[in-house]
Amino acid sequence: MKKNQIIAAALALSALFTATAFADDAVYRTLDEIKEDGTINIGVFSDKNPFGYVDENGEYQGYDVYFANRIGEDLGVEVNFVSTEAANRIEYLQTGKVDIILANFTVTEERAEEVDFALPYMNVALGVVSPDANVIESLDDWNADDQIIVISGTTAETYLIENYPDIPLQKYDSYATAKNALENGNGVAWANDNTEVIAFALQNEGYTVGIPTLGSQDTIAPAVTKGNETLLNWINEEIKTLGEEEFFHADYDATLVDTYGEDYKDELVVEGGVTEE
Amino acid sequence: MPDLGLEVLLKGKNMIRLLGGLGAALRISLIAVILSIPLGILMGVLMTWKNPVTKALFRIYLEFIRIMPQMVLLFLVYFGTTRSFGWDLSGESASILVFTLWGTAEMGDLVRGALISIPRHQYESSEALGMSKVQTYRYIIIPQTLRRLIPLSINLITRMIKTTSLVLMIGVVEVLKVAQQIIEANRMSSPNAAFGIYLTVFILYFIACWPISLLARYLEKRWR
Repeated sequence: MKKNQIIAAALALSALFTATAFADDAVYRTLDEIKEDGTINIGVFSDKNPFGYVDENGEYQGYDVYFANRIGEDLGVEVNFVSTEAANRIEYLQTGKVDIILANFTVTEERAEEVDFALPYMNVALGVVSPDANVIESLDDWNADDQIIVISGTTAETYLIENYPDIPLQKYDSYATAKNALENGNGVAWANDNTEVIAFALQNEGYTVGIPTLGSQDTIAPAVTKGNETLLNWINEEIKTLGEEEFFHADYDATLVDTYGEDYKDELVVEGGVTEE
Repeated sequence: MPDLGLEVLLKGKNMIRLLGGLGAALRISLIAVILSIPLGILMGVLMTWKNPVTKALFRIYLEFIRIMPQMVLLFLVYFGTTRSFGWDLSGESASILVFTLWGTAEMGDLVRGALISIPRHQYESSEALGMSKVQTYRYIIIPQTLRRLIPLSINLITRMIKTTSLVLMIGVVEVLKVAQQIIEANRMSSPNAAFGIYLTVFILYFIACWPISLLARYLEKRWR
């Protein structure tokens, strides 16, 4: 889709025009500066139920938001939620426009060069969902006329481009538009984080997750601006402390259990920043 | 009647949130329009000057704004100003700035076009009738220019209102973003809501743009 190329070009261009001058000045706010200000800016999704979404009263809700609220509480500051899109999360941190990104952010090596990730709080792999009439169970021997739906800036997009360069992709900006596209049959399947596609198949009759795990098992973690050590260390300590009270299990019970049921709890939740390998 | 999922709009504050989103979109576009019109008129007049320096400067400005997709401009102003100058513009002010820069450039070119489209003999005839320069502009040139400008600028204004759907990329929650949030939050309970909500958004945009078209038609008739 043309619009996505524009987004990529837009980010590249804006970086090109402006990359130089601001190098030596710190863009981020330290822990003390945030406490002094009394408000922390946290970037979350506003259209990704059940991780970050807005309910009918205009309140932010979801697994990421539940954690964000706890961060605000333990820091003693107000949380200002900023609605982010998958494609602009890194840019938000690099310009210091948010202090933390808690938008279902998968840890990857490329991203770790741009931002600093804290300890993980969730597991994720990729998955592919398709309509029951034509369940896609393998990406090999691909029919070149079929397109896979992906969302720009997600790990699914990068993975497919690297490992299956022959599969034509259909790219969308937001979760809402990608889901609409799958429902309208614009593509034969939708590749995304497996949490997202499992939830989609459970909620929508007529869809099956033909490929539940694709690629490597990844984790989801909070991210801060590169170099913001005081905030990073505080978040890491916070995640360890919260592990003692099984906070993320409680978070799962409060926000995810309706979507994934009890079965996926231990698979999805990472407690105290410790992943079981 | 097919299920459009419209009951979702009646849940909680959803309808008010949608209208609030429309408010944000209209606030950005209308402030930008109000700023762009006088600035654009000024720019259009200056563009008709014979001075090669101003001519080149305005040309570069116009081409830059016209070639850049609006989304690039939004990123450039919202994230770029923070990177380069350390300004922390809010998404909404960055949007107003971009839409004003864009509106001024386009409006300027429309005004320039309208001005040079007035035939030379209109000026000469006024002079022959003994009118002063001010009188020529007041009674002959400006009324004709305005009449030519109206349909063009209405087109620009409605385009500016509709292009606000891009500002969600810099964190401004406008009507389309609210619509996506509502659809997403209710995907389980009302899977068909997407169509109904987008239909509502369409109607809201229509209600916002229709009066402007009506006003334009009225003005065109009156000034015939």
